[in-house]
Amino acid sequence: MSTRKVKVYPRFERLWHWTQALLIFVLTFTGLGLNGVHSIIPFGPAVMLHTIAALILLSVWIFATFWLFTTGTWKQFVPTLDGLVEVMKFYAWGVFRGEQHPHKKVIWRKHNPLQILAYFGLKILIFPMVWITGIIYLTYNFWEHIPDATLYITIIANLHLLSAYIVMAFVIAHIYLLTIGHGFRSHVKPMITGYEDINLTPEQESYLETNEPWRLKSRKN
Amino acid sequence: MITDMIRKFLIGGGVFLALTIGATAQDHTPSAVSVITPPSGPRSPMPKNEDSTADHSSFQILQREFTSGPEVTSACLTCHTDADDQMMHSIHFKWEFDNPITGQIQGKSKVINSFCGNVAGNEPRCTSCHAGYGWDDMSTKPPLQSTVGTGWDELLPKPVMQSFAPNPDKLTANAVDCLACHDRSGQYTKGATMAGHVPVDPVKPKMKTITGAKAWAVDLKLAAQSVGLPGRDNCGNCHFYGGGGDNVKHGDLSSALYDPDKSIDVHMASEGLNFTCATCHVEEKHQWAGSRYNVTATDPHGTGKPGSARTTATCESCHSNDPHPALLLNPLLALKGMKLNDHTDKLACQTCHIPEFARGGVATKTLWDWSTAGKLADDGSILKLHEYVQSDGKELHTYLSTKGDFEWQEDVVPNYSWFNGVLKNTLRDEEIDPRKVVPINRIGGADGGDDTRIWPFKQMIGRQAYDSGRNVLAFSHVWGPETDTAFWTNFDWSKAVDAGMKAAGQEYSGEFGFVDTQMYWPITHMVAPAENALKCESCHTEDGRLEGITGIYLPGNKPFSLVGILGMLMVLGTLGGVLIHGLIRKFMNKAKGGSDEHA
Repeated sequence: MSTRKVKVYPRFERLWHWTQALLIFVLTFTGLGLNGVHSIIPFGPAVMLHTIAALILLSVWIFATFWLFTTGTWKQFVPTLDGLVEVMKFYAWGVFRGEQHPHKKVIWRKHNPLQILAYFGLKILIFPMVWITGIIYLTYNFWEHIPDATLYITIIANLHLLSAYIVMAFVIAHIYLLTIGHGFRSHVKPMITGYEDINLTPEQESYLETNEPWRLKSRKN
Repeated sequence: MITDMIRKFLIGGGVFLALTIGATAQDHTPSAVSVITPPSGPRSPMPKNEDSTADHSSFQILQREFTSGPEVTSACLTCHTDADDQMMHSIHFKWEFDNPITGQIQGKSKVINSFCGNVAGNEPRCTSCHAGYGWDDMSTKPPLQSTVGTGWDELLPKPVMQSFAPNPDKLTANAVDCLACHDRSGQYTKGATMAGHVPVDPVKPKMKTITGAKAWAVDLKLAAQSVGLPGRDNCGNCHFYGGGGDNVKHGDLSSALYDPDKSIDVHMASEGLNFTCATCHVEEKHQWAGSRYNVTATDPHGTGKPGSARTTATCESCHSNDPHPALLLNPLLALKGMKLNDHTDKLACQTCHIPEFARGGVATKTLWDWSTAGKLADDGSILKLHEYVQSDGKELHTYLSTKGDFEWQEDVVPNYSWFNGVLKNTLRDEEIDPRKVVPINRIGGADGGDDTRIWPFKQMIGRQAYDSGRNVLAFSHVWGPETDTAFWTNFDWSKAVDAGMKAAGQEYSGEFGFVDTQMYWPITHMVAPAENALKCESCHTEDGRLEGITGIYLPGNKPFSLVGILGMLMVLGTLGGVLIHGLIRKFMNKAKGGSDEHA
């Protein structure tokens, strides 16, 4: 067992992450404006920007979904109970006592079980809630004639708003958790360079060295 | 019959007395007031109708002097044989409207408003804008025939007056006024107190026109030879001056529309599309589309099939129900159009596209308190205060002994309400509650109903006379320079109300008081260019223009809604949670001297 710097976030995944981050920022900022929380940008431009950002994000998600399934990366996001309680205990208690993070990164599990659960929930519950309500909201023109359309748009808009606030809460926790452990910088770095310290078995290491050498950084680095 | 007419014109202050007893223009020495120069051309520039196959200036019947409006109409009818029949069934002539929705009988001859109040008892003044000649008694229908004038001869025979015609529809109704709408010489007008008749030489001293200018002697021959399709000025000479002055009544119809620039009205701008009123208010047999009593508040029919004609005055009849282009090559513009079209199921076009009314420098009257009228100066003269200066510098009355207190506003932000097009009046026999603000009219339509849209309105605040014994609105006799009951002459409300009620044929308890009233006028003119339309944040904000309107989902007007608060608490909770977590980490690490770093 050795620890090597392995490329775990390929270029597409990093691009996906950062465009998503930027778009979520734009959407949150304009969305809060549309909801009346602030009036930093006028309503009309905010609508345009929000809608355009939403449409770009939707297309990023379509690509990401395709990528996840064709590359098999989706397996990384399948929730597991294995080690979950330990991670939760660590954040609730161990972290205060200076304990080590219980999760050891391995090549087929680049996230810890709590992370996986959070991302999984985001992917199959919160994001769909955002985009489904968003698309229904956006296409009001096409169903405005149905009875009680005003009631439905009110419900849809409120669900959209609620899901947006959940995403905001997620982003806060997500960024905070980067500060635990080696610190913020070292946690953000892999999402920029793609390389992360991973525990490799000798078999994994020799497989990578033989077949996918570009995924391993040489030891002297 | 003739003596009866003479009496009526004496009361009416008309000039025709002199004419009917034989005085002619030729032997009259012009006085100082009769040399007022008439306008040299129409106030609203209109392109010459090149398609016309008739040049009226070459018509034989029009190569003569005319001494009265009815003479001209008789000449018109020698060719336009059915024009009188069409006109006499129009609201412009009847001043009566049988509302097909409410069953109410409305129209100027019936209703009471919160401006001058009522026509009955004040006829020759109010009927100066009647599209006919000589209607001086509201208790009868408007006269269909008139023998006024001295120019009758074998070519233009004087009509045989038939009080009880077996078939009134077959009468040659020469009391219809053709020139008010069709004169294109620009110098046709009607005397302000002449029951619709025309000031001709000699013009009575101090006579004014219906637009308030000093009256000139109208050249009826020139007018008759000039006729054409109505320009904005033809309509505006009456409709811009409703309520007794420029823009007093409507708020969105003022002299600013005679020759407007684009910022005042994007369609009527002389340098632009140069629409006339009739471009939208299309007609069929002299019946015009567009009614204030029965408004087409929603128009799902839209443009109709290509090329098909529609007699409706709605925006949708040209612009369709998806007026903002959404099928464009530029996806950004398409998106914008689509989002704007989201509004059309809830808002009337006017709501965004007429951001303010009374634009273009002419203020509108927004409050009229009759109850303070009658205060005179110490020497018994009439008090006149003019403490409102409108943007063109003109000073407007804020108090008159004759009329009471006024308030004026320019560039007015409308009131907004759901509206299905039905305006119901508080009619003369409807009981009112004088302890409350009395609605002079009521805006129909349920919140969010399919047949309703949110419309802009001018709100008129009034305080006016009512019969305090019977709790109904009162008629008052205000105009009558020679009566001892008219308020403007005698300043005695009890006489004025008594005479007004008599003139209207109303039962009267003998006691009167004043009630606060409110009246609403739908706003539909003065459409601004698209770039001046209402900005989104005029409504999409807290306490915006549509505050208090229910039946809509309005993003941005309530960030602290239940879900909004829930979401904010969630975000703040998370933020608080991570802060506390972080602080404990810091504190514990310091205490232990350790680190929470992991491999």
